[in-house]
Amino acid sequence: MNGWSALERFLRTDPSDVGCAEAMELLDIYAELAAAGAPVEERYPGVAAHLRACGPCGQDFEGLLAALRGEAH
Amino acid sequence: MTEQIAAVAGPDVDSAEWLRVLAGTGPQREEGLARLHALLLRIARAEVARRGPRLRLTGPELDDLAYQAAADALIAITSKLGQFRGESRFTTWAYKFVIFEVSTKIGRHFWRHPSVPFDAEDWERLPDRFGFDPAREAEWRDLVAALRRAVDEELTMRQRRVFVAIVLNSVPLDALVIELASNRNAIYKTLFDARRKLRAALAANGYIGDDGWRRQ
Repeated sequence: MNGWSALERFLRTDPSDVGCAEAMELLDIYAELAAAGAPVEERYPGVAAHLRACGPCGQDFEGLLAALRGEAH
Repeated sequence: MTEQIAAVAGPDVDSAEWLRVLAGTGPQREEGLARLHALLLRIARAEVARRGPRLRLTGPELDDLAYQAAADALIAITSKLGQFRGESRFTTWAYKFVIFEVSTKIGRHFWRHPSVPFDAEDWERLPDRFGFDPAREAEWRDLVAALRRAVDEELTMRQRRVFVAIVLNSVPLDALVIELASNRNAIYKTLFDARRKLRAALAANGYIGDDGWRRQ
């Protein structure tokens, strides 16, 4: 990725982004559905938009998903 | 924007059992707490190991962090049992707390060895932060100057402070939350508004169109 696209990606905001508080509130429900293979981005598009844009919440989602997948094995 | 949760009939059988045991008293509750702590510790250890390669933490520090996260998550969970509504499994809901605790503790750890003060304004870092190629400076010099001008002219003091810390100084958002005694949602919203303003300023000056850059 060059500087132009990195900067463009950083500045791009999604109006449907629900923010950290709501994403964190729904994270357990969202992760469980994602782990089950449900179309979670369609069900919760605002959470999906947030998790794509927010590094820390995205990390928490990946961690929770890893915990659920680890539990299944 | 608020997203709706599908109505649920109540907790599943396993989750209801966790609630019954943890809301009870005596040895059965103690045994339940020990079992939950063991689960949380396992998740915390896995999570610090997953994030470990990107952190400046050694093995004993990682394990200490996992212990602290599990202990604090257990306290948070037991004090919020009444908030569990059965929309996910109880263990998933509980894991969420320990993952959040790991994030918070990693954010706190950052300030033990900060590489740069969070409010230092070294604008020479800006091109490097976005990966602009120094050999092609002629192509991006005007854009970077316009971005800096927009930071100076468009952002509030707070937005500028957050932008400088996160973008120029690479301070992790969770670490900045601690430094500014704030919360993740507030810092994210401040940066979100700053990003929107900066993009609008660059668009107004012809650097960016609706669907991407217009090279000057």
